[in-house]
Amino acid sequence: MKIVYFAALRREIGVGEETVTPPSDLATIAHLLDWLKGRSPAHAKALSAPRVMVAINQDYAGLDSAIAAGDEIAFFPPVTGG
Amino acid sequence: MDDVKLLVTEADFDPGAEIALLSAGAGDSGALTTFIGLVRGATDGVSAMTLEHYPGMTEREIAKIVAEAQARWTLGRVTVIHRVGRLLPGARIVFVGVAARHRAEAFAACEFLIDWLKTRAPFWKLEETATGDRWVEAREADDKRALRWES
Repeated sequence: MKIVYFAALRREIGVGEETVTPPSDLATIAHLLDWLKGRSPAHAKALSAPRVMVAINQDYAGLDSAIAAGDEIAFFPPVTGG
Repeated sequence: MDDVKLLVTEADFDPGAEIALLSAGAGDSGALTTFIGLVRGATDGVSAMTLEHYPGMTEREIAKIVAEAQARWTLGRVTVIHRVGRLLPGARIVFVGVAARHRAEAFAACEFLIDWLKTRAPFWKLEETATGDRWVEAREADDKRALRWES
């Protein structure tokens, strides 16, 4: 599973992309977030921000969304383009 | 999708050329509206801005927003250009141009597109100031403007 981070999250975690193999019983984004927070104090801090947005395979998703092994999952702050 | 031009690029764009392209293909459109976003100047203490995005998802989201506008209004040509990379105050950031049969649709669709672009398309702005870099915070006012279109 490929995890990508953008903007403030990327800077805080220190990488823009990482490949992880979470336990197979992690069914949703909420579970994955909790598991990722255990990877480092920087992960824990960045991923605990009040509004973390998530996308699965480049489509917006939510905490209840189901995850699968081959997914590309992105975490990022609220967007500020335009 | 011949009527739609979407571009995410580091390069600047020529507003006159974009307007000419939109009006050349206007067909039975009688109105053309445009919005151009600029990097705000030194009053905010910002010396430069770097725009980051999520390649792939950005283009997908902009295409979805344009499709939503086309579902709501009968539109002619639509152009959305969004720049990324490091930009100086006064630089053009974004161009939205919409041709439509009448001005009401053209104005509404153009405003809808920029409102949704600001709250859905995965871009982030990092500002450079004398005291260091800072990420631009999402504004509640922008969310509210986008949500007006839900009703």
